[in-house]
Amino acid sequence: MSTPAPVRYLEHELTVYRRLWRSSLVSSFLSPVLFLAAIGGTVGRAIDRHGVGHFGGASYIEWLAPGLMAANAMQVAIQECFHPVLGGFKWTRTFIGAAATPLQPGNIVTGRLTWVGLRSLLLSGAYLLVAALFGAVTHLGAVWAVPVAALTGLAFAAPATAWAATRDRDDSFSSIQRFAVLPLFLFSGVFFPISQLPAVLRPLAYLLPLWHGVVLCRAIALGHAGGWAAVGHVAVLVAYIAAGTVAAVWAFDRRLHS
Amino acid sequence: MPPDEPLVLARGLTKRFGHFTAVDAIDFSIARGESFGFLGPNGAGKSSTMRMVAAVSPVTAGTLRILGRDPATDGPSIRARIGVVPQEDSLDTELTVEENLIVYGRYFDLPRPLLRERAAALLDFVQLTERAHDQVEPLSGGMKRRLTIARALVNEPELLLLDEPTTGLDPQARHLVWDRLYRLKQQGTTLVLTTHYMDEAEQLCDRLVVMDGGRIVAEGTPAALIREHSTREVLELRFPPGGQDVDLGAIDGLASRIERLPDRVLIYTDDSDAALARVGTAGLEPVAALTRRSTLEDVFLRLTGRQLVD
Repeated sequence: MSTPAPVRYLEHELTVYRRLWRSSLVSSFLSPVLFLAAIGGTVGRAIDRHGVGHFGGASYIEWLAPGLMAANAMQVAIQECFHPVLGGFKWTRTFIGAAATPLQPGNIVTGRLTWVGLRSLLLSGAYLLVAALFGAVTHLGAVWAVPVAALTGLAFAAPATAWAATRDRDDSFSSIQRFAVLPLFLFSGVFFPISQLPAVLRPLAYLLPLWHGVVLCRAIALGHAGGWAAVGHVAVLVAYIAAGTVAAVWAFDRRLHS
Repeated sequence: MPPDEPLVLARGLTKRFGHFTAVDAIDFSIARGESFGFLGPNGAGKSSTMRMVAAVSPVTAGTLRILGRDPATDGPSIRARIGVVPQEDSLDTELTVEENLIVYGRYFDLPRPLLRERAAALLDFVQLTERAHDQVEPLSGGMKRRLTIARALVNEPELLLLDEPTTGLDPQARHLVWDRLYRLKQQGTTLVLTTHYMDEAEQLCDRLVVMDGGRIVAEGTPAALIREHSTREVLELRFPPGGQDVDLGAIDGLASRIERLPDRVLIYTDDSDAALARVGTAGLEPVAALTRRSTLEDVFLRLTGRQLVD
């Protein structure tokens, strides 16, 4: 029985991860602990005391945690797809080695994105666990926010893979992190509702995938997700994943089969 | 495919990158069990040719058949039956030696138990058994090269492509690689290699082509190429600095070609003793005189010139 080609590439990533999982596990738990303690615990308590009331009846940390989970998936997914992807062409040359085998560029892209999706899933699961320990999870249905957070990660991973695969140097990566990812993280409704944003900036949040992931994760975690809004959010995330994957396959093909 | 059909057949094979023609309508064919070499200076089009034969680089024009198939439509199934040793290593340096073979073998969809067996046999073959469970990162260049060769053999390829297999290795490591490749050749594996080391080509190639500027400028066995493009012997005369401009009219009839280098004069001749005697009678006093057989290097330099190509 034959194994699908993308899975054969995925096995490579899993073999590498088997050597690295310990350190990666520590950082998977560290980020939510730090954020939830620093912002959820302190700022959140102050907000709740003044009863600002933007949070649909939930405490600030309950409102914050699911959005942070989605944003964290985004950040880790982008990290996984910038240097490691460029390195697969330039430094480790893993992709070039794999392209000499029956694997096609598209198999490598989908295998790798499957890996990033799995990693986002594990990472978001860890996030939810930490949030529960902080008392920020109110009901069991919140676990359905984990796959949505993973989709959010992939919605960035796929375009990031395409971008990295067209680069020859890594100098754009830190600028993108600083001038695109960080503002997105701060202004996509993770820390405050985007109704607080100036009206001119709001369409930008609607256009990019993070806000959709954040809002849907939050609605699921707080138990009021449903209807066409949820379908719409998922559709945006899937559209980014699909377009990013197509672009990444094109970029890999151009680079490996030139 | 019929047994007498060539394993690789190229007719008018061309590769262009934009306006640059890397490979310019070349013809060649490689028979099963043959050891075939592409020689040429950097930029001659060897690597571009190899990438097309490896079924990763689309052909711009002409025809190419590998194992009887067309790489444009059968890329994955061709690549399933060939092994590639790239110019630059692409090993997973954070994995162990054995893991590298297994992970790579999985790309070919070979089952893990089979791969463990093959890994053991291949590591024995490339003399890396003791390092099987060590990480790749700290291995020497020669060990990494041998591992890359073992990895290229994991699918038991009918055709093994090697792009400059010993570039950058020290003499001991090169000889060990040659020894292993020679064994593969003895076992009937078809080898195709590029090199700019003439000793490598003489050691390993049954037949070779010399490429320059994207074209094939000569083709034949190493011995035939030497016969055709050089003389039997070369007389090397060394003069004091600035003394090269001596009048060599005396040996006119004996030399088929004379080449003046900054440090010595090369006289291509079929009778070096007679030529040397003439040099003496003409009153020329070289600091040193050396007679040697013509090598592939003489052929190579004759055909591709001494100018440095950057």
